[in-house]
Amino acid sequence: MFDFYFEIPLVIRLILQGLAVIMVIFPIAGACSMAERKVAAWIQDRPGPNRATVPWVAWIPFLGKFLQRLGVFHVMADGGKMMFKEDSLPGHVNKFYFVLAPIVAMVPALTTVVAVPFGAYFDAAGKLIPLGLAPLDIGMLAVFAVSSLGVYSAILAGWASNSKYPFLGSVRASAQLISYELSMTLAVLPVFLWVNAPGTEGTMGFARVVEFQSQPGFLGGMWFGFLMPISAFIFLVALFAETNRQPFDTVESESDLVGSFHTEYGAFKWGLFFVAEYSHMIVGSGVFMLLFGGGWNPLPWVSLATAVDFLGTFLPFAHAPLFVGILSIAIFMGKVLAMIFFFMWVRWTLPRFRYDQVMKIGWQKLLPLSIANLLFYAIAIALIQK
Amino acid sequence: MATEIAFPDSAAKAAGAEQEFAPEKMSLSMGPSHPSTHGVLRLQMELDGEVLTKCDPIVGYLHRGDEKIAENMTYNQFVPYTDRLDYLAPLANNMAYAIAVEKLAGLEVPARCQAIRVLTAEMARISAHLMGLGAFGLDVGAWTVLVHSLNQREHLYKLFEELTGARFTTSYTRIGGVSRDVPEGWLGRVIAFCDQFEPALEETLALLTRNKIFQDRTVGVGIITKADALAYGLTGPNLRGSGVALDLRKDRPYSGYEQYEFDVPVGTKGDCYDRYLCRGEEMRQSVRIIRQIVAKFPSGDWYAKDARKIFAPPKDKILTSMEELINNFMIVTEGPQIPAGEVYFEAENPKGALGFYIVSKGGGVPWRMKIRSPSFCNLSILPKVCVGTMMSDVVTLLGSLDFVMGECDR
Repeated sequence: MFDFYFEIPLVIRLILQGLAVIMVIFPIAGACSMAERKVAAWIQDRPGPNRATVPWVAWIPFLGKFLQRLGVFHVMADGGKMMFKEDSLPGHVNKFYFVLAPIVAMVPALTTVVAVPFGAYFDAAGKLIPLGLAPLDIGMLAVFAVSSLGVYSAILAGWASNSKYPFLGSVRASAQLISYELSMTLAVLPVFLWVNAPGTEGTMGFARVVEFQSQPGFLGGMWFGFLMPISAFIFLVALFAETNRQPFDTVESESDLVGSFHTEYGAFKWGLFFVAEYSHMIVGSGVFMLLFGGGWNPLPWVSLATAVDFLGTFLPFAHAPLFVGILSIAIFMGKVLAMIFFFMWVRWTLPRFRYDQVMKIGWQKLLPLSIANLLFYAIAIALIQK
Repeated sequence: MATEIAFPDSAAKAAGAEQEFAPEKMSLSMGPSHPSTHGVLRLQMELDGEVLTKCDPIVGYLHRGDEKIAENMTYNQFVPYTDRLDYLAPLANNMAYAIAVEKLAGLEVPARCQAIRVLTAEMARISAHLMGLGAFGLDVGAWTVLVHSLNQREHLYKLFEELTGARFTTSYTRIGGVSRDVPEGWLGRVIAFCDQFEPALEETLALLTRNKIFQDRTVGVGIITKADALAYGLTGPNLRGSGVALDLRKDRPYSGYEQYEFDVPVGTKGDCYDRYLCRGEEMRQSVRIIRQIVAKFPSGDWYAKDARKIFAPPKDKILTSMEELINNFMIVTEGPQIPAGEVYFEAENPKGALGFYIVSKGGGVPWRMKIRSPSFCNLSILPKVCVGTMMSDVVTLLGSLDFVMGECDR
């Protein structure tokens, strides 16, 4: 059915795939901004955005009204406004770096998607083939390496703005992002120690991690979130800090730093920062779910293969690669969106830490904890595998 | 052998190596348009990294010359200006002003009028403290607290609108009374508000009070000692948060406050957390007072009937009787006739002690008026407490001092 697709040259195929993924990530980032406002409204006991409508669409009975209440058109209006309003360049900035900064924010956020598999299907032999842009062996390392480039956008934006609030914001951002990367990296190491037995071919890829979480048996089917709760916790906290989300959003705390490093930005350049933040959240949540939340396995101890076999008892097409692929992507996206909802839930419930408290938590609490965690699992894994 | 270090930059050489590498301080202007200076306060800060070494509050961006304006209008005409002092609690300002002028005139208002005034003042206190709580929450990053408290304020505004005709700038009092009696069934709606407000308040406070992050941000931050609080003339919850049990409603009762039972919450350390707790408790006590007032709401007149040249007669009398018409005309054109003398009266407003010093040479216009605004005095301690704190703490501190620039700059 799809054979013609595999006859297209590989380069074009990959470009098409890359575009497809970006076309998905971008609207999700936009939808997240809507969801953010709606979740906030829900938590705060108010209706939220529900006014903007578009002619014709709004006149569809029920559905039009529903979309209006949902605030869908607000996203479009906001996006349109961001695109079409004057993209002003303040006189006092360093123009080159000022323009470069939002690009540097956006590029790593989208590039990390390359290494993240988002679904899987079974080939004719029943072997699990992960769906992703590039089945990189260095998976996790690539994500860390590329996403940490994002800190340059904060530094560049703050420095190029030539203004004091952005400067303070970028100092905080660079300190915070670098500090939390340490514990984040140390937190995921036990996972890879677990999946890479000595003597086997080592990999930092995500597919292997998910594969380990979909094995039969009590320990095999256990998600790493249960197996390594401290790792998962540290990774989650660090993720909050890395994406500058409440309660670690000292970088963007509008109550003291006004707009932080993007104070001087407006229009589409600001929009890029905004989308980059949400893209980071989406990719970060995805990585968390792959490492600790079972990836595309629907439930703990219920792997995708089991689920498909179960569905196969009453769905004739359950084993078709297309169906399995869509099912696995749906499961994975569902988990990622649940995670993003959790991000929002926290944001609208908790106050924020002070900058020095954030640093203290990073260096004095999380880092020792993650080192102890790594040592514990290293020794435990060595004893088990002996 | 001493080696000479060559400075390629002649300016740097002139400055000397030591000075070149000396840490520089950054001056930063926070305000007048900044999200957390609550209006138009401007702080000229000197920062060493993120730590403040100096902080100068610059006030006056909202100065309208209210005291001078007062000299050019009759006593009743000034009532709308009092709305705009502490615009979060206009009803309390209205009452403080009216009582000051009445004291000058030697006028006693009937019990019902007093009860109405205390009732509205306590509702205004809840409204002002809610806003203070919400803004404080917002300053430490808790948005939801703000929206929840705005939600409750909306209920109060509906009640204010029904009573006074205006939601925000109420201008409710007149010299010698209030502008109108309470509407039918309004008291019941006040109690209904109290019934739903008490659990809602507990729910909102629960978001903060025992929250570890909130405690980290506020406990031990911005400590104002007892001595400092007294020396700088702090009043209201800011003074009580520092452990001084001074409440004018208890110490020098006015307008019948002595009839009501309520506690004065007092803090122990004088930090931001204590001030927050004080405000929370004061709201509970205000509800308690409101319930007592409504329970034994006095009947009778709601204005001083015998104050012939001060309070305008009822409308139906004006339309039917010649003498009343002339009386009304004189009060409207020349103002309530207040005898010569001077008076100083302080009322316990939500932000602190709001004082009016009025000098009269007779007639309907004050000769001189001085307003002692609590926000102004409360802000005077900023240079002292801000030094040594971090920039984010300044925001917390401003939120906990809960000032209103309309009143500070007047």
